[in-house]
Amino acid sequence: MNIVRLSTAGSVDDGKSTLIGRLLYDTNSLSKDKVANIEQISQQRGLDQIDLSLITDGLTAEREQGITIDVAHIYFNTPKRKYIIADTPGHVEYTRNMITGASNADVFIILIDARKGIIEQTKRHLFIASLMEIKEIAFVINKIDLVDYEQDRFLQIRSQIEELKERFELLDKKLSFFPVSAKIGDNVVNLSGKTPWYKGETLLSYLEQLKIEQKNQMAQRFNVQYVIRPHSDDFHDYRAYAGKVKSGTFEIGDEVKVLSTGQSSRIKAINRYKDNLLKATEGQSVALELETDIDISRGDILTLASDSVEGDKSLSARLCWLGKEELSLGRKYLLQHGASRVPVKVTTVNSQINFETLEFDQQPLKVDVNSINQIELKSASPLFIDSYKNNPANGYFILIDETANTTVAVGFKN
Amino acid sequence: MNYLDELEDEAIYIFREVAAQFDKPVLLFSGGKDSIVLVHLAIKAFYPAPVPFPLMHIDTGHNFPETIEFRDQLVNDLNLNLIVRYVQDSIDAGKVKEESGRYASRNNLQTVTLLDGIEEHGFDACIGGARRDEEKARAKERVFSVRDDFGQWNARNQRPELFDILNGRIDKGENVRAFPISNWTELDVWNYIRQEKIELPSVYFAHSRKVFLRDGMIWSDSEFIHRDVDEEVFEMMVRFRTVGDMSCTAAVASEAFDLDDVIAEIEAAEISERGARIDDKRSEAAMEKRKEVGYF
Repeated sequence: MNIVRLSTAGSVDDGKSTLIGRLLYDTNSLSKDKVANIEQISQQRGLDQIDLSLITDGLTAEREQGITIDVAHIYFNTPKRKYIIADTPGHVEYTRNMITGASNADVFIILIDARKGIIEQTKRHLFIASLMEIKEIAFVINKIDLVDYEQDRFLQIRSQIEELKERFELLDKKLSFFPVSAKIGDNVVNLSGKTPWYKGETLLSYLEQLKIEQKNQMAQRFNVQYVIRPHSDDFHDYRAYAGKVKSGTFEIGDEVKVLSTGQSSRIKAINRYKDNLLKATEGQSVALELETDIDISRGDILTLASDSVEGDKSLSARLCWLGKEELSLGRKYLLQHGASRVPVKVTTVNSQINFETLEFDQQPLKVDVNSINQIELKSASPLFIDSYKNNPANGYFILIDETANTTVAVGFKN
Repeated sequence: MNYLDELEDEAIYIFREVAAQFDKPVLLFSGGKDSIVLVHLAIKAFYPAPVPFPLMHIDTGHNFPETIEFRDQLVNDLNLNLIVRYVQDSIDAGKVKEESGRYASRNNLQTVTLLDGIEEHGFDACIGGARRDEEKARAKERVFSVRDDFGQWNARNQRPELFDILNGRIDKGENVRAFPISNWTELDVWNYIRQEKIELPSVYFAHSRKVFLRDGMIWSDSEFIHRDVDEEVFEMMVRFRTVGDMSCTAAVASEAFDLDDVIAEIEAAEISERGARIDDKRSEAAMEKRKEVGYF
């Protein structure tokens, strides 16, 4: 059993919250008191059936407005897997939340209203999926009941999306399609009797069988978070570098080097609490002991000594602006990548995404919230960030406003 | 890889970020199973070095005696540093007023004691065992949640958290609440406790207790809880799914004497965990309201 992280995207009224509610309801993931609670609210509002979207719309303000305004995390388990859903809002102005929700996603679920078909917002979602390099995209063609369960309509939308694959650079991604009524429950957890023409599986059974790609062939990157030095009698000379394997696999005996200094040593031990491991792979939190004392501190990245990666004091990236205040060119920001923070300045904004054409064909007048831009930046010391496309796990960073301390942007290195 | 190991990896990663990014972290210890799991994870994150921050317990004075006994034993066995702050002191100092009536509880009062404790010690990060699956308002909580000088949480002004990057930069006077087990569910916690053979206070397992019924829930009979004359006390086999203040934690009927039994019961349970928390029943948006003013 493992963890599958989902992110949902859709426009207002596409029934996203209802779909999530349906997944929970039909997998018996809701307790009796939760069901009773939403039944009661549905009744108070004079609805004739239970409103499953109430399960996820948490905050009072949005309950009043009837919309989702932030990223909410929802959990459910099947006997096979644990699922974490990041439920994100569909409005254009919430691109930042969508990117936030998608940043940890294995699967991107895009909802499409079967009556409306592909709309501008769908293309934006395709663009985001492409930008974020999400390998699995599931299209839920929702409200299929409202087009009389017509196969033609489903196939039409499906082929329209297939036609967009090349344009959005999705040729290496896996696309799957589901004719669904979240409200009624067709093809979410249970196969529908009303779509006999549909020979595929339900959304849940697709998720259950999904193979989450192991990226062990990726270049080795270890993010040093903390140096463990007990200074105790029992562990007098103990020194280990605690951190996370961002990508690839490290093994005992590997010759590793510190990217910032080029110094190298050999891995003596890989510790996970009291266990000594032979190897550590992507995502694992371990502590590495090296054979010789070399200078390593928080923020350093370790890789194999044979790796020819080099640092750079300038880089180009796609930058999604998240802050309320717009980007100020030439102003100092802090770039956080892994555990390191380095002062940087954005020197050039080359182009900006035009949300109408979804091309970087716009001359940016300003870089404001929800805009996605091609930028160049310069840093005070060398950065060891991979191209996001080649190695996503080590290819992203955030920018922090030094005065307000807020996270103002996320970047994906070209 | 086992999914519990993945959750552990994530929690340890968060603990190490807290220890590295903040000057004076503290682990908020309630004596409940989630905070006991936190202690276990903290030890794993820094082993063989000692846990690099103290524990703080806000004692309402209405705790289950079993919890306090367990706490002191744990601190002693694991050589931890424990700070205790008492709600009674806040009452005596006139900072808060004891509630009265049928539903009187010190649960809301502890926020003041907590914020005072944070300020007094200058803690800049408070590690807590909150989980996003517990309650609707918590589903939107960040892993690093920034609180202002007054300990307030603003749902609309949270920092976006992308990938695994945690931004803990704050100004002096502010603090961050950090939640290493955000992504765990109740069942995950129990399965982890079983996998790691973590000891728990006895109130989590079935035992005979003097109780009475109110509003469809089982209340512990205790000197801390106001009981009406017509509310009859009787003995029953119960356990607690969540352990907070005695005045705000309801019991469930149970025959679960060990972890396997408890997990089997939870898997079959129809009432969600916080359904047994009397403090959430006060209103639909109860949790959200309490969080805005600094509740954990």
